[in-house]
Amino acid sequence: MQELLNDLIPNIMSKLPAFYTALSDTLLMMVWSGIFILIFGLLFGIVITVTRKGGILENNIIYQILDKLINLFRSIPFIILLTAVMPLSRLIMGTAINVRGAIVPLVLGTVPFFTRQIESALAETDHGLIEAALSMGSSPVEIIFRIYLRESIASIIRGTTITLISLVGLTAMAGVVGAGGLGDFAIRYGHDRNQVDVTWVTVIILVVLVNVIQVFGGLFVKKNTHKT
Amino acid sequence: MILINNISKTFEVSKKKIEAVQDVSLTINDGEIFGIIGFSGAGKSTLVRCINLLERPTSGTVEIDSRELTSLSTKELRLVRKKIGMIFQHFNLMPSRTIFGNVAYPLRKSGLSKKEIREKVRELLQFVDISEKENAYPSQLSGGQKQRVAIARALANDPKILLCDEATSALDPQTTKSILQLLKRLNEKLGITVIIITHEMTVVKEICSRVAVMDRGRIVEEGEVFTIFTNPQQQITREFIKTTSNLQKIDALIKANSQVVTLNPGEIIVRLSYVQRNASEPLISTVSQKFDVHLNIIFADIEIVQGAPIGGTVAIISGERDKITKAIEYLIEKHVGVEVIKDAGTIE
Repeated sequence: MQELLNDLIPNIMSKLPAFYTALSDTLLMMVWSGIFILIFGLLFGIVITVTRKGGILENNIIYQILDKLINLFRSIPFIILLTAVMPLSRLIMGTAINVRGAIVPLVLGTVPFFTRQIESALAETDHGLIEAALSMGSSPVEIIFRIYLRESIASIIRGTTITLISLVGLTAMAGVVGAGGLGDFAIRYGHDRNQVDVTWVTVIILVVLVNVIQVFGGLFVKKNTHKT
Repeated sequence: MILINNISKTFEVSKKKIEAVQDVSLTINDGEIFGIIGFSGAGKSTLVRCINLLERPTSGTVEIDSRELTSLSTKELRLVRKKIGMIFQHFNLMPSRTIFGNVAYPLRKSGLSKKEIREKVRELLQFVDISEKENAYPSQLSGGQKQRVAIARALANDPKILLCDEATSALDPQTTKSILQLLKRLNEKLGITVIIITHEMTVVKEICSRVAVMDRGRIVEEGEVFTIFTNPQQQITREFIKTTSNLQKIDALIKANSQVVTLNPGEIIVRLSYVQRNASEPLISTVSQKFDVHLNIIFADIEIVQGAPIGGTVAIISGERDKITKAIEYLIEKHVGVEVIKDAGTIE
């Protein structure tokens, strides 16, 4: 086995520790930024849904500000965002490099996208349900948790799956700020040193990662769907 | 008692003002079944939403048991809404919850224990006759079953008022009937005031005691269902009534020159309609014997509304002209509405 691998992917086998570090860096970035993306995306997604015209807490000022901010951040290419927010990174995380330095740009680059995913998931909620809940004397907070989030859970999971998968792609760029990770590993060895097996292995691992996310997402969606 | 005082509601749609409800005042008594009928776009749904303030009226007030709702705080309003049940045309059940979960929804934070909630939900499901579906999801139910669940949910907090917004409009006639019977039962057994919004006159005829006719944002006619049916004042009301009666079919038959309405000389076709609550006399046979005329009934349509017969017959009268005239005079004397539809003329 060992020999077969040495034959097939010599350049990976020769730098296994670096490869493992790259893998764990990718996973670390995914997990840490994922947590913040989930929290902020859900929060902003809910806020933009309830404050829009006709929403249960209609507030045009908050809606407009949030809407424009999302559009602003969504239009900045991630590679530019990575370097542009370095001062902010330093302020929040204490450093602008490595995995820690990549969290802030990853969150800033993904939250607007995820917010839109949540917004469109919540927008699918039948307005009749909101009306029924209001007629039963539900408060806005109750409606958010017991109607909006609960009824659109399948769509939220679907949006989360899409976001996490696009996050996998973004972490690959984080090497620019020295965050390491699989993408950086592939560029440095696979591309720069023409070690093709490195590229192949990273791609395969990313494909597996994306599929795992997709399959689990699909399972959750299925479990939470009761519509015919 | 529900007092609606001079309610108006204006929407602004792309800079254009739409007056959905204009200066409507209504008094709805405790324990009655009150119908509000109108064609779509008449503003009836907006009006009913003004009662629990799902729509805030632009002007005017709503009083329920001498409590003015428009001036309540949002928190107080939520408490009031718990005592006003509402059901909808499209049921609005939550697809992610089971039937049990849907009915239990409004009971959270009601101060009941889990066990009490379970008992309450089962009791409600039994009342609307759908206990066996407790663990099903709404998508597995038929329209009528969904509306039953929606009614159970609306009753969860023991409301004193139930608002029905086109609650039977998405149902077939048979299911409509069974839902109306259920509404009548909860009105009688639980003493709940029911307000029904509909565009179907049959619904009004079936269970309402009073009705208001709405047209372009205004109430154009209001009164006891029997009176409205027998003596409609407005053209629109007449149109609604026509939709429930077979007696209008004669016009179509005449237009089509049907065999049924071909007259011999001396015969006339009349439409006789009951306008008072005393149609117990055997008028047809009395007239036939007394005046020596023949009445050939083409069709009859008599229904019981609020315990009194309503409707009438279309008949061909044949006989000598002066006898026919006398017979008609007699009928009018007996408070039967007589309308000559077709006259073949006297025998030369």
